[in-house]
Amino acid sequence: MINTPHIDWFGLSPVLTLIGASFVSLLCAVLVPRAWRRVAGIGVAAAGFAAGIVLAVWLYVDSADGHTIAAGAYYRDRWTSLGQIIIFAVGLATTLLAAEHIPGWRSGADPSRRDDHVAEFYALLLASAGGMAFFIGAANLITLFLSLEWFSIALYIMCAIDYDLEGSLEAGLKYLVVGSFGAATLLFGSALVYGATGQVEFSNIASTIGSQGLTGDTFVVVGIALMVAGLGFKMSAAPFHMWTPDVYEGAPTTVTAWMSSATKVAALLLTFRVMTTAFPQNQHLWGWAFAIIATISLVIGNFAALVQTNVKRILAYSAIAQAGFMLIGLSTGTALGGRALMYYLIPYSAAAFGSFAIIAARERELGVPVTLENLAGFGWERPFLGVAMWFFVFGFAGLPLTGGFVGKFYVFAAAYDHGWVWLVIVGVLATLVSLYYYLGIVRAMYMRPSEELGLRPAVSGGAPAKETLLHLAVGAALVVAVGSLFAVEPLITLAKHAAAALPL
Amino acid sequence: MNAANYTSILIWLPVAGAILIWLLPLSRYATGALALLLSFAEVGIWIKQAAHFDFSQPGLQMSQQANWFGDLGVSYHVGVYGFSLWLVGLTVVGMAACTAYGFWVGRDRPRAYFGLMLLLTGATVGVFEAQDLLLFYAFFEAMLIPLYILIGVWGGARRTEATVKFVIYTMAGSLLMLAAVIAYGLKAGTFDLVNGPTSASRWLFLGFMLAFVIKAPLFPFHGWLPDAYREAPPEIAAVLSGVIAKAGLYGMLRIAITKFPDPTSFYRTTVLALAAAALVYGSLLAFRSPDFRGVVAYSSLAQSGLIALGLFAGTDLGFDGAVLQMVAHGLISISLFLIAGAVERRTTTGEFRLLGGMARGRPALATLLMVVGVISLAVPGSASFAGEFLILAGVFQRAWWWSAIGAGAIVLAAMYMLRLISAVLHEARGSTVADEALDLRPGELALVVPLVCGLLFLSAWPAGISNHSFFGPSPTAAVKSGFK
Repeated sequence: MINTPHIDWFGLSPVLTLIGASFVSLLCAVLVPRAWRRVAGIGVAAAGFAAGIVLAVWLYVDSADGHTIAAGAYYRDRWTSLGQIIIFAVGLATTLLAAEHIPGWRSGADPSRRDDHVAEFYALLLASAGGMAFFIGAANLITLFLSLEWFSIALYIMCAIDYDLEGSLEAGLKYLVVGSFGAATLLFGSALVYGATGQVEFSNIASTIGSQGLTGDTFVVVGIALMVAGLGFKMSAAPFHMWTPDVYEGAPTTVTAWMSSATKVAALLLTFRVMTTAFPQNQHLWGWAFAIIATISLVIGNFAALVQTNVKRILAYSAIAQAGFMLIGLSTGTALGGRALMYYLIPYSAAAFGSFAIIAARERELGVPVTLENLAGFGWERPFLGVAMWFFVFGFAGLPLTGGFVGKFYVFAAAYDHGWVWLVIVGVLATLVSLYYYLGIVRAMYMRPSEELGLRPAVSGGAPAKETLLHLAVGAALVVAVGSLFAVEPLITLAKHAAAALPL
Repeated sequence: MNAANYTSILIWLPVAGAILIWLLPLSRYATGALALLLSFAEVGIWIKQAAHFDFSQPGLQMSQQANWFGDLGVSYHVGVYGFSLWLVGLTVVGMAACTAYGFWVGRDRPRAYFGLMLLLTGATVGVFEAQDLLLFYAFFEAMLIPLYILIGVWGGARRTEATVKFVIYTMAGSLLMLAAVIAYGLKAGTFDLVNGPTSASRWLFLGFMLAFVIKAPLFPFHGWLPDAYREAPPEIAAVLSGVIAKAGLYGMLRIAITKFPDPTSFYRTTVLALAAAALVYGSLLAFRSPDFRGVVAYSSLAQSGLIALGLFAGTDLGFDGAVLQMVAHGLISISLFLIAGAVERRTTTGEFRLLGGMARGRPALATLLMVVGVISLAVPGSASFAGEFLILAGVFQRAWWWSAIGAGAIVLAAMYMLRLISAVLHEARGSTVADEALDLRPGELALVVPLVCGLLFLSAWPAGISNHSFFGPSPTAAVKSGFK
């Protein structure tokens, strides 16, 4: 007789909802006639994400005392719930964006085939979101690895889903190879930690390291180092960032928007949880490791972005640099650092999603990859998207237009509070460098007329496409990004309660 | 209505107006008229604010405070002191004149243009009213965003380089200021400027000062200035030198000197030397400058140096004179840049070798330029004479040679200003000056004449500002007490 553990189904409900929605969407791909597939896919995905948000909010309210459920496999606490809310919100926006910006909708593609795989795309989107939601809540090394692979595999396919496009296949393959390497590193690190402590559950690892004095144990230290590296791949921090520009550039822009925001949320939140829960005694090791990784990310991300001309690549390098800023908060390992990280992710994910969504719109009307050159005049042709874009990039740069300003302030404050003035200076100098290319995007959009370059929006010959859903998604992202500058107090309170679930 | 609301309304009315202008699909004319209406409303609200201001009371007035994020002690705290009241007034009056100029010349893409002008108004007023360090910093940086786009889109041929230089220079200073803000605030446990303690940290002082000397600017941090002032549209150059530069000087007074008394006296000689260098060097460059805007630009550098000299003299007369001179020079340089714009519109150039003889048949232009020029060169009886005299007398109390340098530079001011006047108005007729080139039109007169009237009023009654900037008989004591 096998004793099954007690399962708190309600605690798992956001993840289960997403899996369920993913299955339904997959069924739609087979059972629903082609003409209705798009509507069905969008409907299922939107319903799934909306239900996920509702359940996650409910769980946030209902999980004031964080604890593990399902035999120590998964955390039901506010850190998990708040992260899930962010991810599902991005997922909902991605659903809207994807309506007209998924494979088959490129100009020149065969219109009769354009809805062939729309439902599969939504199924993958939902599956990856479910994986990320589970990843944030992972409470032991097994669920950690399992959920990492779960959402990664979904993302590999999503990157390669535009199979008519060489770049997309290349991106998928590259992400698969590098991502598997990262996952393997993480697995190896986990195995070493397990070998040293005999524990898989994060909190038990910490207590075993404490009680047996394993802080300086070689296996533990090497294990931590490998786990840091493995997680570094997922959050695309330098020097584990090599795949990022190529994959972000090659993948369909909708997928890039999703990856650059949601994956980062999941990876950073989980990393902070693992490190503070499982290895609090080794804070001096991983704290420094992440501080150095942050520095390298800031340097490489910002300087490499300076010389790019492809806007998706610029934003990819900017995503690396932004990971650096968030790692500043993470590396402190303090409560202030935790809520700085959580807060930062809110405007960041909105701006990252929004900026790629806008690039998707430009890409569609031009039919070619978007460069700084052919962004000319975009701000005047599409005033709303243009304004949104300069809000997003100025927000990335930390100018007081979006919550990015307060986010930067918070991570710097966390570093200063931790006694790392040098990290504040590094961050400040990196911000200065980053201004050049962020301003470059605004310059490209507004300060050169498109007639000068003879650009013709390709799709609709004159009037740009309507794209109501895209505007809706970008508008929502803009509201979140700008709103988070004003509503700091409520968001910080949420983040504070979320961070209170961690043993800080 | 509660008088304290004026403080917030002055900041947020233009921001709301900007959003409104972006949302409403109004015609070119209606957009400009709406923006102009709002900027006049700002002036009106400021007058009401000034009427409610009680000069016989010490401390912050018409203040409002609301929680922004409490866990680090940051709040939305705004209010005015005597000297900030005058600078807010300078901002709203200057921005109204410049918005009107933009309306008069009919800037293309009006919705974007006027929206940004209004945003700039709100941000600049915010700088002068913010009483929380992070809020101050936010407004200080927020000014940069509309300026960047305004210069970059509506500027001259070399605007790209000018904007990049301007932004990178300014941000280099202000980002280090951010580090200083964080260090000061976390150490003090509050970011509040009114209740926050003073600090003896020299590093923090330098962090703040770097941002302010770049914004002001002082020698040798003025590298962005000539390009920005030449490439910007004339009304934006006017705002930059007349209003924005004053934010740097205001920061010196409100934060660097008030919050860091010990480092201020430690670095006093250094800052005074930089200020004197800016004064002399700026005046010499203005004298050598080959074009109208160059003269005004470098004279702004010189004037920033003079005002900083007054502020860092650390004497009663110096503080009074510096505030008076900030307002007087603000009005002067706005008028001069707008006149420069008018000249450039008629002749397509500001270069002296192509100009000349414009006085003949253009009495309004000649009179206005002459009046502003004469006030600017500090002829006795003028507002800037009062300001400069107070500053020099103030710095004389520190050491006589500072005022000797200052007095020498004022002679240079006479030289470059008279050279400007004669090169534009007199001498042989320039090759670009057509006979048909009109005198100032009524619209242009309506922009500049009120500014000049303000200057004449200040000339008649400089004590209106110099006696009403700080509470009590001694500004030094007011500064020392943190304006309590």
